[in-house]
Order: sequence, then structure tokens, then C-alpha cells
Amino acid sequence: MIAIVNYGVGNLKSIAKAIEYVGGEVVVTEDPKTIMEASAVIFPGVGAFKTAIERLNTLRDIIDNLTVPILGICLGMQLFATESTEGGLFKGLNYIPGRVVKFPDWVGKVPHMGWNTLKIEKESEILDGIKDGAYVYFVHSYYMETDDEFVLTKTDYGIDFVSGVERGNYIGFQFHPEKSGKTGLKILENFLRISKR
Amino acid sequence: MLAKRIIPCLDVTLDDKGARVVKGVEFVNLRDAGDPVELAKRYDREGADELVFLDITASPEGRRTMIDVIERTAEQVFIPFTVGGGIKGVEDINKILSAGADKVSINTAAVKNPELVKEAAEIFGSQCIVVAIDCRRNFDLDKGKYFVELEDGRRAWYEVVIYGGRKPVGMDAVWWAKKVEELGAGEILLTSMNRDGTKDGFDIPITRKICEEVNIPVIASGGAGTIEHFYEGFVDGKADACLAASIFHYGEIAISEIKDYLARKGVPVRLE
Repeated sequence: MIAIVNYGVGNLKSIAKAIEYVGGEVVVTEDPKTIMEASAVIFPGVGAFKTAIERLNTLRDIIDNLTVPILGICLGMQLFATESTEGGLFKGLNYIPGRVVKFPDWVGKVPHMGWNTLKIEKESEILDGIKDGAYVYFVHSYYMETDDEFVLTKTDYGIDFVSGVERGNYIGFQFHPEKSGKTGLKILENFLRISKR
Repeated sequence: MLAKRIIPCLDVTLDDKGARVVKGVEFVNLRDAGDPVELAKRYDREGADELVFLDITASPEGRRTMIDVIERTAEQVFIPFTVGGGIKGVEDINKILSAGADKVSINTAAVKNPELVKEAAEIFGSQCIVVAIDCRRNFDLDKGKYFVELEDGRRAWYEVVIYGGRKPVGMDAVWWAKKVEELGAGEILLTSMNRDGTKDGFDIPITRKICEEVNIPVIASGGAGTIEHFYEGFVDGKADACLAASIFHYGEIAISEIKDYLARKGVPVRLE
């Protein structure tokens, strides 16, 4: 069972349905026991950083000690960072050293919304079958800066920003695999396979 | 770089079989060709970058049916989709997004109550609030605020129309586009009634003007009839996305043909 952590309002249905579509079982929850017993955990991509981290901080005893694969999507990935500048300065979960910052105005339209390409920087099982240059769907105004050693993919939007990270059991994507057509479903299928080991 | 998007639009109505896509559908090999969910799946497979569902019944029954369509689509289609038609308030938006849609498109209600755009953007985020602007050329140059030069050299301004294009409201479409951006709209769906249904191509002068005046994505709609029209919409009109309905439903042009053509001409498109 994969637990999708519910930390506020928003559409959690899409990610749940996408996991089910590739053959996984999911539960949307904020119950500590359910999260602790899950075979994998997803931090989904909706809401504001502050609200999400406040909700997650009440679960820190549990989530800080998880050893199963954890997938962060969009905001979920940003929560892995040390800190975020969205709506002030807030401490993140610090699972991956890094800082979440806003796109500078000169890059173009913000939010960065639509289909953009992945530059694969490092091989990983989560990217099995994904080609360099594959298109995925983004909706975000903030992105994560981190050390090269954690970077899986980058994407060009005026600047080359980090669109995928991995450190141990933590995997994060700035784009939405659940809205990225076949490419996204393939990534979720990979995640499901990793979580079954 | 962001890909330019191709968006099929499905006008959904009700008949004794439930929700149906109107304007006729002549796809072969579909068990139930008029079922919006089946069509959505088909467009997804053919390379659509996004989908738009428009509830054209604007009735309570239509709304309930639409929720069912959204829920069934969310189970099987994994690209972004927008739902519009008859949305009056925050509660409507909440129901649509909770059912699994990614964005809502607001038209008449935004004109009648601009604060709705602001309120909705604050609650749900700008990224899921699309404002649909229907407009029509007006040659009364004593009115209007922003004038554009048409293909034949005449000057005109574009007046906002509501209730499905039936009622002009005296408001300048360029001014309105800038206003909704300020209110927090994340995207504009622009339809020129002068071109809608004509297959003469997108209305380039107004599309270009609005794309130059706002800093949010603009979807050009109305008039697509050939592959070249999409090229013009993106390159001459500077649109971020192009939307069409009937040419896709009738199978006149496949999405993949448009994308191959655009890719050859150097327009960035998503190819799988």
C-alpha cells in the first residue's frame, strides 16, 4: 500500500488514480500508523509551503524515520529541502540540502506552466525507460537549488533549474508525473516497482 | 523551452444516453464515439497536450453529469484538463477541482463579478483559474480603448461578449485581459466570434495584441481549419496554445499531423 500524505486542500485524486492505473494500491491519509506501515510514501504537489510544512511537522516523529521509498512531487519535492523562501522564510524537512527560490522575473512567464523537457544528469532506476529530452508537465513558480550530487534531471526555462532529485530513499520531481502522459506513468510504474522490493 | 500546446475542446451536452460530445463525431473504431471520456482517451493517445471540457447545457443536470465525466476522465486520462461552462461561484469551482479537474474556465460569471476571479485565485491558486474571453470586432472607433489593425488595413477594437457570444457588454477585450491578469487569472482562453466556426484561421490581430499585453499564457480559439492555421496562431499570433473542436472531432486533421508539421517548421512541440 502506498500512502499519499494529505496536508491540505487540493486535488489528490489525480495522483491516486495514476498510481492505481499503473497497478498500485493507494490510500490518501494523514494517519501516522497508516503512513508508518506503508510500502512507500508520496508527498503530493498541492498547496503552499507554509501550510504543508506546518501539517507535516506534526508527523515528524514518523516521517523522519521512514526507510521506505518516498516520492515528493512539485511542492512535495520542495519540502525535502533545508528551507524555502515561499511566502517568507521557512524551514523544510532538510532531507536533501537545498533552498527553494522563486524564478527571477526575466525568465519569462511565471508560473512556469506547461510541457518542458528533461535533461538527464544521472542514471537512476526511477528513470528507467525515460529518454533524455522527454516532455513532462510543470506548474510552479519556485524551484529547488541543491548540490549536483543529488541532481537527477534539469530543465531549461531561461535558467537550467533542478527538476529531479534523489538521495537515498528520497526521490523528488518538480513536474507532475500524474499529468505527464506516458512518460509520467512510466516513472510512477518505476516507483511502484522500487517500492515492492 | 516550453512546448506550444495543442488543445482539443469537447462541448459536452446531455441526451437520453447521458453526457455526449456535440458537433458530431465520426471516429471509427470507437464503441461509443460520442462519450466524452472515450474521446478524451483517444485525444490523449493521439498527442493532445491538454483537454478542455465545456458544459454547454448550463443546467443543474448538466453540472451533475459533468462531475461524473470529470471523475471518469480523471481515472483514465493523465494529461491536464480544464472544465468550463456555467460556473457561477467558488462552490462550483471546488466541486469541479475535487472531482479531478486541473483547471476551471470562467467566462460570463467573471464579467458579471470580477471579484470572483480574485477570490478563486486566492483560494485555489492562479494556476487553476482560466478566464475565457469571447470577443467581437467593433468598428465604432469612438468607443474601445485598444485598437488593432486588421488584415485588410482597417482599424477595430474588440468588444467582450457574454452568454455564449450573444450579449455584447461594451468592454474592451484587451483591457479585460489585462484586468483579469491583475485579478489573478493564470491563463486566458481567447475566442474571437468573428472567426469561431468559420475555419478561416485564428483571429491573429487580437490574439497577437493580447499576447503582447499580458504576461500570462494565452490560448487562441476559434477558426482553426487547416494545419497552417496552427502555425499562424503560434508564430504570428504568439499564442501559447491553440484550441480547436470540430476539425478534431470529424477527424479532418489529426493532432499528430499538426505536431509533425510544427516540428518541421521549428515550433517546439511535445512529441512522444
